[in-house]
Amino acid sequence: MQLTNRAKQVSNKEMTLAEKMYLPAVVGGLAITIKHFFRKKPTIQYPEVKKYLGPIYRGHHVLKRDEQGRERCTACGLCAVACPAEAISMVAAERKKGEEALYREEKYAAVYEINMLRCIFCGLCEEACPKQAVYLRHDRMVPVFLERDEVIYGKDRLVESLDDRYIRKNSEVATTPTEPSLTRSTT
Amino acid sequence: MTEFLAFFKTLTPTGYLFLLLTALTVISAMGVVTARNPIYSVLALIATFFCLSGHYILLNAQFLAAVNIIVYAGAIMVLFLFTIMFLNLRREDEEAKTNLTKIASVIVGGTLMVMLIMIFRAKSSQLPVGSTVGFEPNTGMVENLGHLLYGSYILPFELASVLFLIAMVGSVMLGKREAGDRHF
Amino acid sequence: MALPILLTKGLIILVIFGISLLIATYSTYAERKVAAFLQDRIGPNRAGPWGLLQPIADAGKLFFKEDFIPSQASKWLFILGPSLAMFTALMSSAVIPFGDSIRFAWDNVNYDVKVQGIEINIGVLYIFGVVSLGVYGVMVGGWASNNKFSLLGAIRAASQNISYEIALGLSIITILMMTGSLSVRHIVDQQATFFEWNVFTQPLGFIVFLTCSFAECNRTPFDLPECETELIGGYHTEYSSMKLGLYLFSEYINMFVSSAFISALYFGGFHYPFMNEVNGALENSMGAVTGHNLATAIGFIVFFGKILFFIFFFMWVRWTLPRFRYDQLMNLGWKIFIPLSILNVVVTGAGLLYDFKYSSWLIVVVMVVMAVMSQAKAPKQQVVPQRTV
Repeated sequence: MQLTNRAKQVSNKEMTLAEKMYLPAVVGGLAITIKHFFRKKPTIQYPEVKKYLGPIYRGHHVLKRDEQGRERCTACGLCAVACPAEAISMVAAERKKGEEALYREEKYAAVYEINMLRCIFCGLCEEACPKQAVYLRHDRMVPVFLERDEVIYGKDRLVESLDDRYIRKNSEVATTPTEPSLTRSTT
Repeated sequence: MTEFLAFFKTLTPTGYLFLLLTALTVISAMGVVTARNPIYSVLALIATFFCLSGHYILLNAQFLAAVNIIVYAGAIMVLFLFTIMFLNLRREDEEAKTNLTKIASVIVGGTLMVMLIMIFRAKSSQLPVGSTVGFEPNTGMVENLGHLLYGSYILPFELASVLFLIAMVGSVMLGKREAGDRHF
Repeated sequence: MALPILLTKGLIILVIFGISLLIATYSTYAERKVAAFLQDRIGPNRAGPWGLLQPIADAGKLFFKEDFIPSQASKWLFILGPSLAMFTALMSSAVIPFGDSIRFAWDNVNYDVKVQGIEINIGVLYIFGVVSLGVYGVMVGGWASNNKFSLLGAIRAASQNISYEIALGLSIITILMMTGSLSVRHIVDQQATFFEWNVFTQPLGFIVFLTCSFAECNRTPFDLPECETELIGGYHTEYSSMKLGLYLFSEYINMFVSSAFISALYFGGFHYPFMNEVNGALENSMGAVTGHNLATAIGFIVFFGKILFFIFFFMWVRWTLPRFRYDQLMNLGWKIFIPLSILNVVVTGAGLLYDFKYSSWLIVVVMVVMAVMSQAKAPKQQVVPQRTV
């Protein structure tokens, strides 16, 4: 069986004099490398030019709001359980009267923290969430942090703002019911 | 003291250079003998060769100076250093020096020194006195040396080269593995 | 010696010193760029435009690193090692003729100063002497580190350099036989016409010399003294900060000097085709002084073009060929290059007896014919089962 068509039959016969001189092989090698010298470089200058990483890239976490702008998260803790790196922690609280416009369910996460040093961006939280509340954005990365106190992301940095809603345009997986969108409401 | 100063003032720059080189030669040669660590000893010997090359240059023998550096400082001393690095001569050699060997070496060395001094004192009157009049500055140049070596001294030169060849072949023969020898 | 000559000489020496340091500095940059380009990358491009300030940033970084001396190391020798390496590397460019001569008048006296550190009649031997000393920096540093890997690297360096010096010397002897002089300037001046460049009269000697200079500079494919996979860096394992920097820097200066030496010995130095016509035209149109100086400047630039090409070639080979095994290295040096260059000496000498300069081609032709014949005779593909132990 062959995985590729590039396999070569290895021969360990006695080298001929021409091969023992090495020079033809050396010249051949030099020719190959000089060909690469003039080839177009595939490098992308990263911070200036950013490559589109595809619709399924797992980047910055976002706590979704629903179409009316209410937070979806109900602090069930399934994401924290699913997290293999134990990066997520939360404190649940009960929704008070008059807060219906803020929180979708009767219970909500008063504190929701992700430790970005621990997070391995596996996306299991996204899969575990029954309320389609937590997503890993495909268009934004967690920025580089230099200090330890920048590492833990609270709700201030996780909940999506109303004027910057996150929609994943994924033509291949558009049929799945869990894709984040503004219109679809889930039970 | 005043005589010394007066002598000092008569010297040309070459003279100062000669004195400096001589002092350096003697110091580094002393270093060869007195250094505890054989590596330092070898390095001092290299410095001595350098100073000797400096003397050759002062004598306008550039070829000899260059060859001295290439052959002695560049090749032979590298081999010395090479060998000494392999032998770990740190502490073991201290024990080998018993009082008997110390006394014996002092006697031998002293006798040699006395003999050398005697010879130089006896023969110093016969040494040719250098004069600037009949001095040919090109004597030590490579062209003259080549003409001399390949002219008047062609036979000894070739014989010496044959000797080297024999030594080389001999060492190759000694180092050659026999058919049944172990491969390392 | 008159004051103007001294001043000009001093200026020339300073300029050559500065240029060799500058080229060595930018060789580090060029090495990374060439490596990157040969591997389809871009290379350093952040410090300054196209990364041109990268060497300065590297040097600054090295200066500010901790200057560490191992506690069991022999302290003075540890410091002496990199100093020796740098010293010997910088010394060797003194006798290389970088250009023809500068003409000027001072107090109504005409001067004609050669663009060269010093013109001595044993220039080739001088370079040999200095190159043979180059190994001390490596050996002393490697031994003083008190580290087994460093010591092994140093010993490898020493035996490699001694072995290849012999072949290097023997391959030059043919040139000395043809020119009858040890002065590098004479050798360069004898290559005034294009087809008498020594690379055309001594192709075999050139190949041997080139390969041996790779070995002498400890460059890949002969970089066994600092072979990372076996010796974790070799003789400079224990070095840090600018001491390491000096070792690396001296390697690049050595590369520059060998490139200059190769171009001077085999590629006509500052000569280029139709040089006499150009010089004649310049001197006719601009006067003997200005025209001559301009011609010298062109020769200088041509020489540096050749040097830069060979520096590029060093890098090109480094990023193409894998490292030799140690026994292969020794076999190549002792069993192939030394007999070949002795044969070359004999054949060239025989040719010179009959006033024929190109007799070295005979060996090349014979070798090519033998190679082609062996290639033709060999079975096309034959798989011998590997011997199992």
